Amino acid sequence: MIAQEFHTGDTPLPDVIILAHKLAREYDMGSEIVRALRGVSVQIRRNEYVAVMGPSGSGKSTLMNLIGCLDTPTGGEYWLNGQKVSDLADDELARIRNKEIGFVFQTFNLLPRASALHNVELPLIYAGLGAKARRAQAARALERVGLGDRMQHKPNELSGGQRQRVAIARALVNDPSILLADEPTGNLDSTTSQEIMQVFADLHAQGQTVVMVTHEADIAARAARVVTLRDGLVATDQQRAA
Amino acid sequence: MPLFEALRLALQQIRAQKLKSGFSLIGVFIGVTFLIGAWSIVNGMNVYMTDKFAGTLVGVNTFHLRQRPNVNFNVDDSTWRSWRRRPRIRFADADAVTRGLTVPAITAWYSEDRGTVEYKGKRAQGITLEGTTERYFEIMTLKIEQGRPFTSQEAKAGATVVVLGHDLAEKLFVNLSPLGRSVRIHGIPYQVIGIVERQGNLFGMSLDKFVVAPALSPIQREVNPPGVVDAVLVRASSEPEMREAMDQTEAIMRSRRHLRPRQDDNFAMMTSEGVLDFWNKLSRILYAVGPGLVGIALVVGGIVIMNIMLMAVAERTREIGIRKSLGARRRDIMRQFLAEATALATVGATFGILTGIALSVLLQVATPLPASVSPFSIVLGVVVGGGVGIVAGVYPASRAARLDPIAALRQE
Repeated sequence: MIAQEFHTGDTPLPDVIILAHKLAREYDMGSEIVRALRGVSVQIRRNEYVAVMGPSGSGKSTLMNLIGCLDTPTGGEYWLNGQKVSDLADDELARIRNKEIGFVFQTFNLLPRASALHNVELPLIYAGLGAKARRAQAARALERVGLGDRMQHKPNELSGGQRQRVAIARALVNDPSILLADEPTGNLDSTTSQEIMQVFADLHAQGQTVVMVTHEADIAARAARVVTLRDGLVATDQQRAA
Repeated sequence: MPLFEALRLALQQIRAQKLKSGFSLIGVFIGVTFLIGAWSIVNGMNVYMTDKFAGTLVGVNTFHLRQRPNVNFNVDDSTWRSWRRRPRIRFADADAVTRGLTVPAITAWYSEDRGTVEYKGKRAQGITLEGTTERYFEIMTLKIEQGRPFTSQEAKAGATVVVLGHDLAEKLFVNLSPLGRSVRIHGIPYQVIGIVERQGNLFGMSLDKFVVAPALSPIQREVNPPGVVDAVLVRASSEPEMREAMDQTEAIMRSRRHLRPRQDDNFAMMTSEGVLDFWNKLSRILYAVGPGLVGIALVVGGIVIMNIMLMAVAERTREIGIRKSLGARRRDIMRQFLAEATALATVGATFGILTGIALSVLLQVATPLPASVSPFSIVLGVVVGGGVGIVAGVYPASRAARLDPIAALRQE
């Protein structure tokens, strides 16, 4: 199944959550211009589970940052959930990150001094929710990842797997369009990795769109579709047999 | 992020790093402590000077005709010498003024010196010996607690009767009623006829260690050369009448001394305003120097807070990255760090205010210096303290807000 051809000036189909069209990102390093992405076109539909692979320097982190709205492209278009975000300003991008994207990082990126509950509350604070609704929603998200009994623990009182679950709960709490995971098992042992991958599989089964950047083939093997980058371009885009 | 959330976060941060926060708010703390403390002293002195000092020394709607001013500030030597060469005020001058005034006013003679008072071998030294006429008590509003003041007949006759100050009476007559007993002033016996109500103290000096005897009694030899008084006290019933009485007195004295129109007065008339003039000059200096010192402390405090906040931004770059990735806008980050700087400064200012108040209370209890905290200075302390925080926080906060989330997240 190949997505419908997209042309500049078109609007993506309603069930296409992520649409990258000839996405380019260049870095001006003074003496030379580094072209990290050289025109990547990808479409990801609702409830897909996509792994992005590629050797280091292939541009997968850059693509990840662009998809996550942490960065803006120097060329091409990026549509997220029906909205063209490639030319939005800083604060609008922040709002998109808050509403549409749930990040899960390799290093968890939890606030060390805050409890699990408070960490999960953070996106809701920036969404402007009241304290009571926030707490209830954050608690629900923690229960969803099986940490209902660890809400008041600080990150350093939790195991690596539990920390990543807190991070997943935080990513889910705003009910985002996509769950964006960057090497989510990179800091975990293999048993814990399996657990976390199961969490992603369950979320996908519940209808969550998941995009995962990884360089481990067995992790990528869990995904239904694998996009491989090389030298800033899409090298392969394979749909796995279900 | 709502303001309340930012504030809660800021206080949390301060609590988490008590020691560092403590050091960083010390500058503002000192500045505000000084502001409250110094202000309360000046303020207290002001109240004291207007209410008590001037009233005690001069009296209400009252002026003193004297050879020279008795409360001075910054008088040069030559002026002082010329004052000393002036003729003294004499009994005859006092009488002339009393007779010459057409405004309703009461007058009294007044002379004083230090001396010793004895009762049956008990000696009280350093007592103010006052030779006056009968209206003195009325002019200075001295209430007689026991007995009576002396009468005009006693004053005219120079009777050896005496009215004692409260402390002196207590010292000489333990468990005894002083009335009717006889005290000796430099060898001469006087009958005690009255005790004046307690007056309290002025800058720690008791105002109750005195004796008042008729000016024509033998006490006149102790206090002044023959026929001379220190002052003529004139009390009118209102301020404008006092002014008129002063004009009349000036005219009477000038004519008695045959002063030509171009010549200056060779006598002085002191009002409570004149006494206050001296204090006003002093307080003007304090008001000019004070804000400078407070300002320096606050600028230093602000710089310290700015440094601490810049350090905090550097240390917490990753946290800022995390918050941004979760949807914090620039203004959210800005608000967070601004709230923290302001909270730091306000906490410092609050401690400063409390310490300043404690200091002024301590000062009041432990020393004769009066101090009273002015509510306005508290408000100013909070506003200035918080303001320093905001000003010091703007630059670090805007740096934090402008951080690139990707770079911030990469930081270890």
